[in-house]
Amino acid sequence: MRNRFGNLLWARINTGILPYLLILAHIGLGSALVYSAPRSNLAFLVLISSLFSLYILEADRRFKLIAGAVLALLIIPVIGVRNIFYLEVIFQISVFAALALGLNIVVGFAGLLDLGYVAFYAVGAYLWAFFGSQQYFVLPFAPGTQPSDLPFLLPGDAFYLFLFLAIIVAAITGILLGSPVLRLRGDYLAIVTLGFGEVIRVLANNLDKPLNITNGPQGITPIQRPTMPDWAVDGFNTLFGPAIGHRVETADMYNVLFYVLALAVILIIILVTRHLDDSKIGRAWTAIREDETAAIAMGIPLVRMKLAAFAVGASFAGVMGVLLAASRTFISPESFSFMQSIGVLAMVILGGSGSIAGVILGAAVVTLLNLQVLQGVSLYLSELRQSDAVIPLINFAWKDLSNQLDPAKYQRLLFGLILILMMIFRPAGLIPARRRMRTLAAEPPEAE
Amino acid sequence: MPPFAAVNIRELIRPIGQLLLFSLGSAGVLSALVLVLALILDQTAVGLHLHDRYNVSLATYTLVNLPQVVIDGLTIGFVYAAIALGYTMVYGVLEFINFAHSEIFAVGAFVGVELLIALDHTGLLRSASLGMAYAYLTLALLMGMAAAGALAVTVERVAYRPLRGAARLVPLISAIGVSFLLQDVIRLVEGLTTGQFNRIMPTFGNFDRRIMLGRLALGDTTVPLGISVKSIIVITAAVLMLAGLNYLVNATRMGKAIRAVAQDRATASLMGINVNRIISLTFLIGGLLGGAAGVLYALKFTRIDPFVGFFPGLKAFTAAVLGGIGNLTGALLGGIVLGMLETFAGSFLGVFTMGAAGSEYKDIFAFSILILVLVFRPQGLMGRHVGQKA
Repeated sequence: MRNRFGNLLWARINTGILPYLLILAHIGLGSALVYSAPRSNLAFLVLISSLFSLYILEADRRFKLIAGAVLALLIIPVIGVRNIFYLEVIFQISVFAALALGLNIVVGFAGLLDLGYVAFYAVGAYLWAFFGSQQYFVLPFAPGTQPSDLPFLLPGDAFYLFLFLAIIVAAITGILLGSPVLRLRGDYLAIVTLGFGEVIRVLANNLDKPLNITNGPQGITPIQRPTMPDWAVDGFNTLFGPAIGHRVETADMYNVLFYVLALAVILIIILVTRHLDDSKIGRAWTAIREDETAAIAMGIPLVRMKLAAFAVGASFAGVMGVLLAASRTFISPESFSFMQSIGVLAMVILGGSGSIAGVILGAAVVTLLNLQVLQGVSLYLSELRQSDAVIPLINFAWKDLSNQLDPAKYQRLLFGLILILMMIFRPAGLIPARRRMRTLAAEPPEAE
Repeated sequence: MPPFAAVNIRELIRPIGQLLLFSLGSAGVLSALVLVLALILDQTAVGLHLHDRYNVSLATYTLVNLPQVVIDGLTIGFVYAAIALGYTMVYGVLEFINFAHSEIFAVGAFVGVELLIALDHTGLLRSASLGMAYAYLTLALLMGMAAAGALAVTVERVAYRPLRGAARLVPLISAIGVSFLLQDVIRLVEGLTTGQFNRIMPTFGNFDRRIMLGRLALGDTTVPLGISVKSIIVITAAVLMLAGLNYLVNATRMGKAIRAVAQDRATASLMGINVNRIISLTFLIGGLLGGAAGVLYALKFTRIDPFVGFFPGLKAFTAAVLGGIGNLTGALLGGIVLGMLETFAGSFLGVFTMGAAGSEYKDIFAFSILILVLVFRPQGLMGRHVGQKA
């Protein structure tokens, strides 16, 4: 009954001009809120969630594209430079969304559980970190003993070349790592990829001798940023200056640049993923995921298809690695721990493996939970600790609360809960993949 | 069968004989391998480099260090074997990698250590006689086992049972979630109660004493050869547990039920075996062994933290696969071999590569073995070939 009522309501909302008004209102409300209160987390969430309503409400495709473009290329940069923290959050969401989309190809499409996915991310990051820093000249020195006047190996322009190079290098790494193990059954593959992830991390930690390639646990810094053309800063200022209210410096402009780059990468990934999903390769992946033995019987080249999934997923991570290294100007093995792999997996599982929109939603939700909600609660708790407040019924004074209770540090708890609860209650994710829905629907898709 | 059936002596002695054989065998093979390597490398730059530093040949250096390496390798090998049994039992019955087993191990370690720390605070430990010290250690072991066993059964009930019959990866992902959740739950509980995450096993009894077996001459100096009391305790406890488990599985009615469920769940159910109860029992046994291994690990390595289970767990899984997952004897063999391999690698890798790759690579070593085994002999050293099941 409730379900039918829900459907009725949904149909009512999606008739005529109403969805357009709702989307515009949501975007407008979010923009206005963030513009007037640049420090409010709530306002920011309203703005970010407008992307979601843009996705689910039924409107004309062209309208959606234009509204999305305005939101992504006009509103968010302007609001972002007014409070650079938001731009940082959005950049992080984009990075994780790209990673999750890459992992989605491996886990969601081909059904191969890869627990060492950040290894490819690390390969991309260390690629640019090595060639885009002074590390080449540090090779003969032990960590911390190098002279301070070393030149950079490559100019910042090379960054753009390395974005493409990373695709190839990461894909090759994926094939190299994948070829010996892709014959294995699913759960073995999971453990072996976990092992690979750890191997890459241990290598990054220890390859500071005999030749200092990775600078060990200290990590590599400084890494060059891409060259920023002068006209970009000036152009941005003349275009958006009045709306922002102050002159945007080059440092802030870099955040915008990285955001736009990440957005471009995501767009390309989405296009590639969509094409793959409906191609021969995508169907082969689905077949492998559903039943390997049957897939072999149908003549699908199993290992080649699995390698393809590994390589495509890896190359996405590689590009994002280059972007991360350049935007942080510092990388260390700690950024590529097992927990990161599981975090990305949690995004895919939460959103719905195999579903592009779902995975992006998963990435956004998990990143926001991590960066905003958990930290917000931490902040709130520490404020309570400062105060004289007392929990009424049990008579517990907040200031006696242990300092160790810092929710921002409990990401594993969050990831773990997401994985368990999703597996038990909604294994297909928040937005299930279309192909899965097709198989679950009572009527064939032509009857729509 | 009468309630007090005659004790099956053969099943009691067999595993101890096997353990002895595995230990001696792997120690012998690895020692021979390392010695041959040393003899080959002796004439190269590696040998000269060592000669400059210690004034001995590489072969002598290797030979002198070997006994200590074998003893250390055995100790850690038995710990791995005890954890590996938990993985292999569950895999045998459910064909499922219990990823959370490493955290069940960690919980056992924490419960045992916290109990001993609490006893230490009351001053009981310091004034304890030798006999009482062993009694307290036994108590800690039992508490660790009880907590880990109860946790393992609970985890199965909450996170795995609802997913039985789902696609293969579904319970695995849930298990990864449980593993992560438990790591932070340990952290949270420790943080709220004690305010720190790293716990140190208190020193008491004579566990830290080293029994010196002699000194071996190495060039101008001598190398001590000894075994600490705690290593003996670890080995003894592990051997007792492994023998007990072997007896339970191979010589009792309950064990027969477990084997029946492992072989064919549906038929076992038709024969009147309560499958759910047997699965719970399997998790309980695995948890008990894991908890005991946790306390033994803490005794041996002294310092534990909430992530202490990760590497031992992964290595024990490797050991289970190496021996042939689902096979109890295989898990013993795999644990001992892996512990030995790792200790050998940790001790000799640095010397053989002239310090370029030292013991920091010993973790990678375990993974490389895992990958090699899975690629070339996926059924493991002792396992039967398992066909693909959908």
